[in-house]
Amino acid sequence: MTPDGGAPRTAGPLPLRALPVGDHGLLIELNGDEDVEALHAELLRRAAAGTLPAVREIVPAARTVFLDGLADPPALGAELAGWRIPPLSAGDRPAVEIPVRYDGPDLAEVAALWGVTPDEVVRSHSGTAFRVAFCGFAPGFGYLTGLPERLHVPRRATPRTRVPVGSVGLAGPYTGVYPRPSPGGWQLIGRTDAVLWDPRREPAALLAPGTPVRFVPVDAPVPAPRTAPSRPERLPEEPAR
Amino acid sequence: MTDRALSVVRAGALTTVQDLGRPGHAHLGVPRSGALDEPAHRLANRLVGNPASAATLETTLTGCAVRLRTATTVAVTGAACPVTVDGRPAPWGAPLHVPAGAVLEAGPATHGVRCHLAFAGGIATEPVLGSRAADLLSGLGPDLLADGAVLPLGSPYGPSAAADAVPHTGPAAELVLPFLPGPRDAWFTADGLRTLATGRFRVSAASNRIGLRTEGPPLERARDGELPSEGMPLGALQVPPNGLPVLFLHDHPTTGGYPVVGVVPERFLAPAAQAAPGTPVRFVRIGRRPGRPAPAR
Repeated sequence: MTPDGGAPRTAGPLPLRALPVGDHGLLIELNGDEDVEALHAELLRRAAAGTLPAVREIVPAARTVFLDGLADPPALGAELAGWRIPPLSAGDRPAVEIPVRYDGPDLAEVAALWGVTPDEVVRSHSGTAFRVAFCGFAPGFGYLTGLPERLHVPRRATPRTRVPVGSVGLAGPYTGVYPRPSPGGWQLIGRTDAVLWDPRREPAALLAPGTPVRFVPVDAPVPAPRTAPSRPERLPEEPAR
Repeated sequence: MTDRALSVVRAGALTTVQDLGRPGHAHLGVPRSGALDEPAHRLANRLVGNPASAATLETTLTGCAVRLRTATTVAVTGAACPVTVDGRPAPWGAPLHVPAGAVLEAGPATHGVRCHLAFAGGIATEPVLGSRAADLLSGLGPDLLADGAVLPLGSPYGPSAAADAVPHTGPAAELVLPFLPGPRDAWFTADGLRTLATGRFRVSAASNRIGLRTEGPPLERARDGELPSEGMPLGALQVPPNGLPVLFLHDHPTTGGYPVVGVVPERFLAPAAQAAPGTPVRFVRIGRRPGRPAPAR
């Protein structure tokens, strides 16, 4: 999968830099989000196969993967550099479909920034194959990548003190859905009734790193969301995608 | 459910249910949470015969008071405080047999910040993602204690530990935080790193379970801006734009965009839970353990 249109990478070592974090952590810096995804997938594969040293957390982010709870981080850091890591496959997991009413308060602003009509914002956003690059900010909040660079928008100059639950927003390279009401500075283009986070549900998070996502435009009222494919949530039993 | 329960008579300033937290979910944005003074939590449990994973109450500065509905073995550890049972003085750091209907009170902390109150059988609120810890960043777990709230207790596990006395070392006059540099120490100038190692810092009153904030000389940055969000460990010394290090405690966000100048290993974190606002703070750079060279940078 090469969202940027670049040539597919062949299997082989990834350029990376491993920085020690405290005495049990390792922060692995990579060249871009595709390399992050490829390394993250490989780490989950090895964890599932039992060939990764015991680790408490595997946290992918924008340019890094953070591993915590390692007995010997430098040893793994040295080993990683030689791993042959296969390129990402196109992905056979079905996308989680999130129904969205595209009536957000910043829809016109985003249309102006993109230089298109609001209807075209809806078409572009709902026509994009997104993927959860990483989670953070709040349980169940995924940072979704997939928008081409020309459609990246800045955060609002003045963040809102309260963004309603289910708001679908844009900021920088990301789109995301607020799993609960909170302050926030993202440009809001719509709203969903999908439950992003429910600790009584298995899995609790609708979106996890690596989950493919599509937004489906709907008129109110929004139907119940399709749930994510069931997968264990706790490391290190978490299987490869 | 049995009638084993306690009711909250005086909730105190900020009292939460805590256990060993919910590790393994950071990739979903879920903080570890759990007792800030883990040794005190473990000791309190041991004194009443509980496993370390049983949930206890963690108080903040002003203690709390609870009425036991059934006779229960309890223990108070952590910050030093006057302990009473129905108003009569009782020992701190020892198993106490509290009769049904009696009120156990942990008074205001005389040294330190956070007490742990353990009850035989543990607090038996519904676990969330495998833990009963109240996470103040993301709102997972039981609510903050409120006057009149009722919390269920589990069945006792077994006999309480035999202990004549538990020494209370008390918090030191100064909070010394050993740290390993990195991963983003290169974002600071040599002067900035010297400021961290030699500056006089104090615990800020704005500290909480998410982070211990400091007041003192700001660290000079070698470069401006933010990092792309990256994973954050427990014990991170994250430096926001005001230049003052924040020590990430158990309810810390799992990712962040401000540089981490160093990391305080987990085994040194308990004293931070007991350092009251105004306590002097000294950061001491330590080396990595011998025989484990850092990877090439």
